[in-house]
Amino acid sequence: MLYIENLSVSYGTRRVLTDVSLEVNSGEVVALIGPNGAGKSTLVRAISGVIPVESGRIHSNVFSRSSVNLLSLSPMQRARSLAVVPQSASMPPAFTVWETVLMGRTPYLNFLGQVSAKDEAIARLALQKVDALDLSERRVGELSGGEQQRVLLARALAQSTPILLLDEPTSNLDLHYQVSFMETVSALAHRDNLAVLVALHDLNLAARYADRVALLVDGEIKATGTPRQVLTPELISTAYHLPVQVILHPFADVPLVIPGNTASCKKL
Amino acid sequence: MRRFSPYLLALAFLLIAILLSVAIGSVFIPPADLGRILIGWLNRATFSEPLKTFAFILTDIRLPRTALVLLTGAALGGSGAAYQGLFRNPLADPYLIGVASGAGLGAVLAMSVKWPYSFWGLMAVPVAAFIGSLLTVFLVYALAHVGKTIPTTNLILAGVAFGSFATALTTYLMLRSTGELHRAITWLNGGSSQAGWGPVLTVLPYLAIGLGNLLLSGHALNLLQYGDEQAQQMGLPVTRARTLILMAASLATAAAVSFSGIIGFIGLIVPHVMRLWFGADYRRLLPLSLIGGAGALLLADVIARSVMAPQELPVGIVTALVGVPFFLWVLRRAKNQGYW
Repeated sequence: MLYIENLSVSYGTRRVLTDVSLEVNSGEVVALIGPNGAGKSTLVRAISGVIPVESGRIHSNVFSRSSVNLLSLSPMQRARSLAVVPQSASMPPAFTVWETVLMGRTPYLNFLGQVSAKDEAIARLALQKVDALDLSERRVGELSGGEQQRVLLARALAQSTPILLLDEPTSNLDLHYQVSFMETVSALAHRDNLAVLVALHDLNLAARYADRVALLVDGEIKATGTPRQVLTPELISTAYHLPVQVILHPFADVPLVIPGNTASCKKL
Repeated sequence: MRRFSPYLLALAFLLIAILLSVAIGSVFIPPADLGRILIGWLNRATFSEPLKTFAFILTDIRLPRTALVLLTGAALGGSGAAYQGLFRNPLADPYLIGVASGAGLGAVLAMSVKWPYSFWGLMAVPVAAFIGSLLTVFLVYALAHVGKTIPTTNLILAGVAFGSFATALTTYLMLRSTGELHRAITWLNGGSSQAGWGPVLTVLPYLAIGLGNLLLSGHALNLLQYGDEQAQQMGLPVTRARTLILMAASLATAAAVSFSGIIGFIGLIVPHVMRLWFGADYRRLLPLSLIGGAGALLLADVIARSVMAPQELPVGIVTALVGVPFFLWVLRRAKNQGYW
């Protein structure tokens, strides 16, 4: 389980996250939603330890009964507890898919990066889980956006961590890949008992694939709960400055958010 | 090219380059005689003419020169690959980002102090060159970086600008000094014409440390290709790895420059050719760039010695005149491969 307690982060003098508290249980997908600039990516980066935290605690009890402060770990130790799928990241195009996924084994390798048969077996399994084993020999630069995102997920899975963070992984994908990617993530969380925190732009993807949703606005958590509890017309229209209607999804038992237009917002 | 073992190909190339470098010069030593001398050495035999002269030329002139050029080429190729990986920039090489010029300035400053021409006097030059190269790296980095990234244009502008400044200052110092002028000019034209084994033995510890560390850094460089943030998320202690690689590459560059002058293009071209032919994995790319750099500079040196014999061309002219067209040809053939 991942606990975030009273986390505050500033860039220089500008406060980006204020007193954020959130927990992600093992075996659940928590979607982090909120307008542009709300601090979603900052939260993911802060949890992964790449930007300094002003105050607050980030800890986890996945390894032992006592909780471990993730911020005090070395990069290698931290990379054994949590893996990150970055926002449709720049990947060096010249590496093959196989080489890329094996990089995920870094926290278990020596400085030379020598891989064992076990590392290779885990990398192969990770590629299988995202249905990309047949891409192994291809260079990353030759892949489509959807394929690249799956490779990034496989690389994160190869880290064999109990916690998975994803930063808007679907933002550059077409409809088919958005759905299949989130289906994979959700299945992995439930089957392998991973604690998954995923920042998402698309509210309806969040509604459909997240067990719980956290709404982040201006660096503060405004609401957390099931999709039904958070994706309400009141909360969403206030957060996004846009009138919305929420109806029941025609074939999945989740809310469906339908945006109005900005002109009617001015009338309100 | 992927059908053969990359290492075998590179080592075969290096071996041919060594043989040419040993055989060709103002006096041509036929390969058969090379073999006879080698067997003679193993049997501790005494030679009669012409083998006696050939053996003297080999031990006192050809072999030390070949060794120094080989080490210099290895240092330039290896550090070039490391700089390209470190800055994630295909244009970074010891020459273009000013490190070589900074090392040269340091070396000439040390030469202008009248050290005795002894082992320790020789040692001071690489140390000064190393300090010069490190200061250059930090200066260029400080000038070029925007946040945590280094845009190509900034890097090249800062590197070329500081490189020109350092070169101008070097020239001024050389013209002003009198006593050591000869030594400095010899150095600028490719100091490998310095005779004897002294420079080789002096440069060896610096290169062993510098290149040794680079050879161990392949995996770290692979991870750094994803950017600092992703590299750290995958478990790399980014700051420590970056500092280590930077120091190692600068040490190797400085050692090379302090005895062989400023030789461009080897550090740029060799890693690219190796990357095009054998892939982008730095664990393979670094050793291959080392071997390839050694072979390429040996060939350039052979050409420099023989084209206008008995006069010698500065080897840097040859690396540019021959290396650049070759590089452009390779690059053209590899179009659209997205190898970088």
